[in-house]
Amino acid sequence: MSDTAGQPLKTAIQIRNLNFFYGKFHALKDNNLDIAEHRVTAFIGPSGCGKSTLLRTLNRMYSLYPGQRAEGEINFYGQNILDPKQDLNLLRARIGMVFQKPTPFPMSIYDNIAFGVRLYEKLSRGEMDERVEWALTKTALWNEAKDKLNQSGLALSGGQQQRLCIARSVAVKPSVILLDEPTSALDPISTAKIEELVHELKSEYTVAIVTHNMQQAARVSDFTAYMYLGEMVEYGQTDELFIKPKKQETEDYITGRFG
Amino acid sequence: MNQTLYNQRLWKNRIGIALSMIAMALGLFVLLWILVVLFTNGIRAIDWNMFTQSTPAPGSEGGGLANAIVGSLMMVGLATLVSTPVGILAGVYLAEFGDRSRIAEITRFMTDIMLSAPSIVLGLFIYAILVAQVKHFSGWAGTLALSLIAIPVVLRTTENMLRLVPGTLREAAFALGAPQWKVSLMVTLRAAKAGVVTGVLLALARISGETAPLLFTALNNQFFTMDMNSPMANLPVVIFQFAMSPYDNWVRLAWGGALLITMTVLVLNILARVFFREKISH
Repeated sequence: MSDTAGQPLKTAIQIRNLNFFYGKFHALKDNNLDIAEHRVTAFIGPSGCGKSTLLRTLNRMYSLYPGQRAEGEINFYGQNILDPKQDLNLLRARIGMVFQKPTPFPMSIYDNIAFGVRLYEKLSRGEMDERVEWALTKTALWNEAKDKLNQSGLALSGGQQQRLCIARSVAVKPSVILLDEPTSALDPISTAKIEELVHELKSEYTVAIVTHNMQQAARVSDFTAYMYLGEMVEYGQTDELFIKPKKQETEDYITGRFG
Repeated sequence: MNQTLYNQRLWKNRIGIALSMIAMALGLFVLLWILVVLFTNGIRAIDWNMFTQSTPAPGSEGGGLANAIVGSLMMVGLATLVSTPVGILAGVYLAEFGDRSRIAEITRFMTDIMLSAPSIVLGLFIYAILVAQVKHFSGWAGTLALSLIAIPVVLRTTENMLRLVPGTLREAAFALGAPQWKVSLMVTLRAAKAGVVTGVLLALARISGETAPLLFTALNNQFFTMDMNSPMANLPVVIFQFAMSPYDNWVRLAWGGALLITMTVLVLNILARVFFREKISH
């Protein structure tokens, strides 16, 4: 895999022959994909095409539910995370996730961020203060939240809550951040802020984002995957995929003739 | 528009509303009647002596309910201390860990039976396994019997409240790499806090008025005691015995005690509502 300038890119996650089942329903069919390190990869496609399902295999979120299973390989820096011996908590500390609806925990803004950090690091009060400030600054929430760190995270607006959730993921310093339609419940201004944020994040993190909004995919991502009915229809650099898609189906979808 | 059809609906609506108003008035009337009788009879008994003196001996004048009030407070308080952690932890197990497992299904089934079992059966059970073995009634036995009644109430409300917590909140905590126990205790249980507290308060209200399980366990004690190893006076049993007695001052005290319990339960119910409303306004 290489970037627009032809420079080779390091692969963070390599997906090989991935099949996914909800009970008997075959939701992902032989997906193959390389997710580049420190780039934004977007997944687009009509509802039910499997893009969220794919994202939820990357941090093994599906393992919470009996009856859901994945087959194939997902190599995260060479280590197959579908291995039953994989420690899920450690995996999720390295591959963070932000959801469609903001999910602040019922605790203060400070504790929302400290919660995840305390799981794997033992920091002094001062170090924790710094980490909280760092994460909130990174997500452009510091100025709005610095005077109410002790207030409930639920007291923030929807867009602020979502940025708090991103800050919470960032604070544990993962290597990959998965965003599952992070702006679909937000207004345009909050959406713009989050898109800006995604842009910032990729200098330090590998980002995978599922979105319903094709313009958003075009704006924020370096690579885009178009999925349909559980199949990976087309995958490539975002510019190429949106300007001259290789497949007719992709073109039909991105031009709005279908989906 | 079809006028006859409209008129028909109008009348059906009026009849429906009238019937439900009658039903409401009937219920409210009985409730008010009970409260009025309770207040008029009970208020005469409530004075300083009721809280400072112990229950009078047969034939003697005056007296109060101090021993019964303290006994009730101790047994109900201890039973709450026992049943709250047990009920909450078992509820967390059912909602978060066991879920559909066989052992969880069995626990759920047993809890439902415990919830609907007559409280006298639970009293009898403690009598058989404890009182009959050590051969004397005691405050401890009363506490245990009350705990057995409170545990299923706390357990079931905790489980139901945890099930109301959106799954995405749970997933969000797992997504940070938190182990199951931390997700359950620090995130979901906290999100369900108001509902769980409501459950504890309702269980407290329920056991403050229970008589049957105390008859076989704590029995009664004419004298003031704080020794949990001895038989212990308590409001419900004192009311039961005094209300049926021929002595005027006993009957008067029974009314006073009844009013006291009713007010306590009322306050607990109001507190439970306030807690629950706070949760919803968040």
